[in-house]
Amino acid sequence: MRRMLVWGLYALVLALAPLVFTSSHSQALLSQIGIAIIVCLSYNMLLGQGGMLSFGHAVYSGVGAFLAIHTLNFVGDGLALPVSLIPLVGGLASLALALLLGWVTTKKSGTPFAMITLGLGEMVWAMALMFPGFFGGEAGVSGNRVAGSPVLGITFGPQIELYYLIALYTLVCTALMYAFTRTPLGRMLNAVRDNPERVAFIGYNPQMVRYLAFAIAAFFAGISGGLAALSFEIVTFEVLSGYRSGLYLLFTFLGGTNFFFGPIVGAILMVLALVLLSEFTQAWLLYLGLMFILMVMVAPGGVAALIMANLRLAKAGHLRRLWPGYLVLLATALLALAGAAAVLEMVYHLQLGAALGPELRFMGVTLNTHAPGSWLGAASVMLLGLGLFESRWRPFARTWSEVEQAVSKDIKRGESL
Amino acid sequence: MNPTPPALALKRLSKRFGKTDIICGIDMAVAPGERIGIIGPNGAGKSTLFNLISGRFEPDGGQIWLNGGRIDGKAPHEINRLGLARSFQVSNLFPKLSVFENLRCGVLWSLGYKYTFLKFLTRLDDANERVAALLELLHLDQQRHTLAMHLSYAEQRALEVGITIAGGASVILLDEPTAGMSQSETSRFIPLIRQATEGKTLLMVEHDMGVVFELADKIAVLAQGELLAFDTPDAVRADARVQEAYLGVLQTQTVHSPC
Repeated sequence: MRRMLVWGLYALVLALAPLVFTSSHSQALLSQIGIAIIVCLSYNMLLGQGGMLSFGHAVYSGVGAFLAIHTLNFVGDGLALPVSLIPLVGGLASLALALLLGWVTTKKSGTPFAMITLGLGEMVWAMALMFPGFFGGEAGVSGNRVAGSPVLGITFGPQIELYYLIALYTLVCTALMYAFTRTPLGRMLNAVRDNPERVAFIGYNPQMVRYLAFAIAAFFAGISGGLAALSFEIVTFEVLSGYRSGLYLLFTFLGGTNFFFGPIVGAILMVLALVLLSEFTQAWLLYLGLMFILMVMVAPGGVAALIMANLRLAKAGHLRRLWPGYLVLLATALLALAGAAAVLEMVYHLQLGAALGPELRFMGVTLNTHAPGSWLGAASVMLLGLGLFESRWRPFARTWSEVEQAVSKDIKRGESL
Repeated sequence: MNPTPPALALKRLSKRFGKTDIICGIDMAVAPGERIGIIGPNGAGKSTLFNLISGRFEPDGGQIWLNGGRIDGKAPHEINRLGLARSFQVSNLFPKLSVFENLRCGVLWSLGYKYTFLKFLTRLDDANERVAALLELLHLDQQRHTLAMHLSYAEQRALEVGITIAGGASVILLDEPTAGMSQSETSRFIPLIRQATEGKTLLMVEHDMGVVFELADKIAVLAQGELLAFDTPDAVRADARVQEAYLGVLQTQTVHSPC
């Protein structure tokens, strides 16, 4: 019952989001979020569910994208295939590639797996530049998604039509990947993550479990790549890069790998960071790195684990004791962040924007990189924030662990997964 | 008419690590339904013997036969599918899965579900019923939703045995199932083992002599990689060579002689 509610809500959000955010820019953003959700969920099939740290997942989303854009051009040349099915072509292409490369890749888990994915990723990326006929060289391959004969009058020309195609794929893929976690193979994948050796002594070949899961994850990654090809109407070799693979890892981790919905949160964060944060500041990659380090240190379970922990406390009626502390911590953290950001922006401006003069605007304040006052002011705001945060952090941590302990007794004997 | 083959037969089985002989040409035949207790001092090769039989290590020489078919050189999962299951001296569970899920992982293959991803676990009535029966047998019903890593030590040992027998293997190897348990925990655990392995062929490494002599039809005495004696408990108890060797080994402890 509760599960139906959650899924209904998910479908509703996917359906209504473009009616709330109506500009074509925000609809493009929503489309990207849908695409990212699929690929992050597929990545977590490896990382969270199978314990496989892949540094080359972009190979599969990327190859799916290339196959899709070529198929789109074939459709433009008269191939009788509805455009709405092209993402599936991408998925099948990635599935085939994963069936080919996966057996070697999944031979071992842990570090050897990570190394092999890294190596294969670099290899495919290098190949992309060696075969410009297929990968389009530096310029990439472009296409036009208004191709073939429209089905039910849908051409996918307008952004909104494409969005709903993406939303539908996102909903179905999410449901399928969730269903996978509740099947024998899905459960054995968890078992392989926890203890591959023992799996071998209960009749399963751990490598086969990893191999099949790897192929399925690649299939969904390929679908995501296919949708991206339709969305951008251009695919460059950059989609295969290790940088892209790193982003999948980073944001899946940020979202949280221990819960199914974690990567969905991660995917939303990814698009917001890539699109919005990069518009807001040139130093966005720096902030991203800092955020990642902070999360790994403070909340290694990701956003999803934070949400679930607080839900648990709220259910037990303990959140009342915590939220004043949250507010104080948030305020002090924001203060520290504002100071730190001001310092960072000034450093950045000094290095890269010096030609524009010593002054820059930051959060409504004019800072001068040549004036000691600006530096001193920004630094003291940061230090003040840090100091206040530090002084409030300890008492809060104490309250937190008290509450946690009170609740955890029930949890240990209560729920799992 | 062919006589029934032994459930498990070892023929001149040997294993070396580097230049050290761990198992030196062991011959042994276990009839179906027999319960064998394996004893011997530390370093006698008991665990290595289990690792060879279950396919974790490959033997350097000799053969292993299971129910009339050769299994040496096969992978652990292949051997398990032929009807042999083992437990581990150090609990070897799936820590982040619940007790229920641990046991269900143990039954899936034997019920033919293999690598399927087209069926929901909740709909696998036969698997879920078998897990329910196992939970009751192991007295873990209360903990069914507890993660394996949150179990008490004795509960982990019970689950260890549970995963081993879950697949319905006909030959069961238990590696020190009561290791680290208190006296009272052990005495409660033994009837459980007896019940759980009812009608199966059992090989059990055990340090507690009381347990071994109570549970086993036959005792195998292992010392420095050799099978010193393989007989009924009474005969082994009376065997002067066993007594002497056992004491002798205890005095000279870790000295390893070649085969």
